[in-house]
Amino acid sequence: MLITCPYCGPRDVIEFTYQGDGNRQRPQPASQNLDAWNAYVYDRLNPAGDHNEIWQHSGGCRAHLRVVRNTVTHEILSTEFARGGHKTESRS
Amino acid sequence: MAEQYLPERQSPLGPEYHPGSHGNFEHGVDVILSEMRPGTILQLAAWPGEERQLIEIIGKVTGLALPDGAGGGVSSGARAAFGFAPGKFTVVDEAEGLAAAFAGAITPAIGTLTDLSHGRTAIRIAGPRAEWVMAKFFAIDFALPAFPLGAGRSTNHHDVFAQIQRTGADQFDIYVFRSFARSFWKALCHASEEVGYEVQ
Repeated sequence: MLITCPYCGPRDVIEFTYQGDGNRQRPQPASQNLDAWNAYVYDRLNPAGDHNEIWQHSGGCRAHLRVVRNTVTHEILSTEFARGGHKTESRS
Repeated sequence: MAEQYLPERQSPLGPEYHPGSHGNFEHGVDVILSEMRPGTILQLAAWPGEERQLIEIIGKVTGLALPDGAGGGVSSGARAAFGFAPGKFTVVDEAEGLAAAFAGAITPAIGTLTDLSHGRTAIRIAGPRAEWVMAKFFAIDFALPAFPLGAGRSTNHHDVFAQIQRTGADQFDIYVFRSFARSFWKALCHASEEVGYEVQ
């Protein structure tokens, strides 16, 4: 599986670290809404298909990336810096 | 003027550094390995939006015209610089003391300066089979069109993080953590045996 880092280009998945579901919405730190916190910690969509994920290119430029991956085929559909900015379409 | 006293730096490669020809060199030496021992290795990082300003500062202080863009770099004999991550650059000088020259130029509003001179070990691999040996270590494209002269790459070999700059058509400078350097060096020597290598 190759992930195309917006900075480094296509790299083997071994260079990347999965940082979790990209759909999570973190409540404000001071929030007392237990349902929102419960959803943030536990609720996952677990789709069979396209999935928003956060990855870090930990074995390369160390940038955090927003990745759309198909959980059935492992196709990487798009990658971009989690901070925003440059976006690349996958070559994998 | 008082002479500046600087501690002598010990090479981490120590007892594993054996100058001379090794391996399968009967038909010639196809790679040359050496430890570069630059005086200064710096890591410069710009805050988001300040990248161009940092590139300008690198140009002013070192005289290197650093190209903008991912992994862009330049080397000119004594000095070298390359981007290794978004907004982050490695700057190398044969002489010590480059950090002091940057210290006044990089203000807290622009970014940060970290002196890694004692934390990284620079290893140079050169020769007609340098690409071949490098390709055994790192899963990146070492062909000249994909990895142009001066450019930098961040990658790793079995958790040994490495920054690589191409400083010649068949020459690469590899920066590894000092603590991993001897192990990496031994692996590099083993990998070079089949093509015949010389340690300088």
